[in-house]
Amino acid sequence: MKFTEEHEWLREEGGEMVVGITIHAAAQLGDVVFVELPEEGTMVSKDDEVVVIESVKAASDILAPVDGEITEVNAALADNPGMVNDDPQGEAWFFKMTVSDPSQLEEFMDEAGYQKFIA
Amino acid sequence: MTGTDTTPLHGLHLELGAKMIAFAGYDMPVQYRAGVMQEHLHTRAAVGLFDVSHMGQVRLSGPSWEMVAGAFETLVPMDVRGLADGRQRYGFFTNDAGGIEDDLMFARAGDDLMVVVNAACKAADIAHMRASLPGKISVEELSDRALVALQGPRAQAVMAGLDARAAQMRFMDVAELEPGGIAVVASRSGYTGEDGYEISVPAPEAERLARLLLAHEDVLPVGLGARDSLRLEAGLCLYGHDIDATTDPVSAALTWAIQKVRRPGGDRAGGFPGADVIFERMEQEAGLRRVGLRPEGRAPMREGVQIFDSAQGGDPLGHVTSGGFGPTVGAPVAMGYVPHALSEAGTGLWGEVRGKRLPVTVAALPFVPANFKR
Repeated sequence: MKFTEEHEWLREEGGEMVVGITIHAAAQLGDVVFVELPEEGTMVSKDDEVVVIESVKAASDILAPVDGEITEVNAALADNPGMVNDDPQGEAWFFKMTVSDPSQLEEFMDEAGYQKFIA
Repeated sequence: MTGTDTTPLHGLHLELGAKMIAFAGYDMPVQYRAGVMQEHLHTRAAVGLFDVSHMGQVRLSGPSWEMVAGAFETLVPMDVRGLADGRQRYGFFTNDAGGIEDDLMFARAGDDLMVVVNAACKAADIAHMRASLPGKISVEELSDRALVALQGPRAQAVMAGLDARAAQMRFMDVAELEPGGIAVVASRSGYTGEDGYEISVPAPEAERLARLLLAHEDVLPVGLGARDSLRLEAGLCLYGHDIDATTDPVSAALTWAIQKVRRPGGDRAGGFPGADVIFERMEQEAGLRRVGLRPEGRAPMREGVQIFDSAQGGDPLGHVTSGGFGPTVGAPVAMGYVPHALSEAGTGLWGEVRGKRLPVTVAALPFVPANFKR
């Protein structure tokens, strides 16, 4: 698993990246009450706003970590946004995407690096 | 605002694991370990304890009750003179344009008037009272007192367990109590739509009182986050958001708080700032009205969302002033201003969220029925 400074995680699966937010980010957001997901097939550029998460406190954006195409979204989140708090680094992934430029992955942290980043 | 103040319960908040934020110049708990959602639901099911010591507590005294009450009536459109000893009312300071300078609670304690005002407005309110009231009326800020709110359906059981007289109080009664031997002044009121008490306590005793209340298994500490969602579900205004110096009481749907005796035809009609403007507004079925709003989907419509009467095109006709997720309602809820002609409950409108028009319905307030002991 790789981690971004935006508190996202990326896990490789069949040549694509599965993307979600970290346990730390979910705890900071508080109770999540609404998730707006992108359309499958959308081409995105790094740092595009692709997901909106609303918690009881505020709305936050999730940015595309790299350039690529959104191939699948986790539709279960729309009906059960609380999953983001229950299992942010497992069941509550947000979307899967292709990676147009693998060199964009190089800047991301490993788990140890991320733990140091949030410490 | 310079620097950050703390309340007498600051150390306790930190010990309880609160997440602190700056609010109206104070370092305040926005939530504790349970989180906003649980704190909200617990308050509706059992009891929540809130630190509201940042609010201003002010005592007005003078030669007689009649003079104190009469003087205060020159600043607010409420019936103050008719207030019985040991009773409290909701009110607001108006300005010459008919706008609301702050909303407040006032209570009669013998010949004195006890006023509780919003934290962000308290310096201006006190200056306003000192400048506007006759010299024989003294305006004393009780900065040596803390204020805590005990709210929820089991609040009476908790309070009466510490002083049996608490059970005899009705909604908006004010009385001196001695929970755990601590001399306090409690009012049976709050800002959640639930039964409960707001308790004024000398600052040095505040932490002991809070620990005594928290020792009860039904009581959970609750932060400002849940305080906001609770008051929103209860349809109560947040000053600076739902009402301000530019909103008049008629637009704000607060006409109910102006008693008949201060209205046209009443024995003491007018005589407060902006009376003519407010009376004129009372005759008009025009302008904006504050209403409840129920977004149809799951997306919250927060403060600033613009309201339209069509799914596409047209100019915004209104706006959201408070909005979020209502944990008890289980859906997003909001308050805002819409044109009078569109203010009837059930009217279908659109709110623009992130560039998309989403359906929203005008709804009666409160969203959750009040649970007061009348």
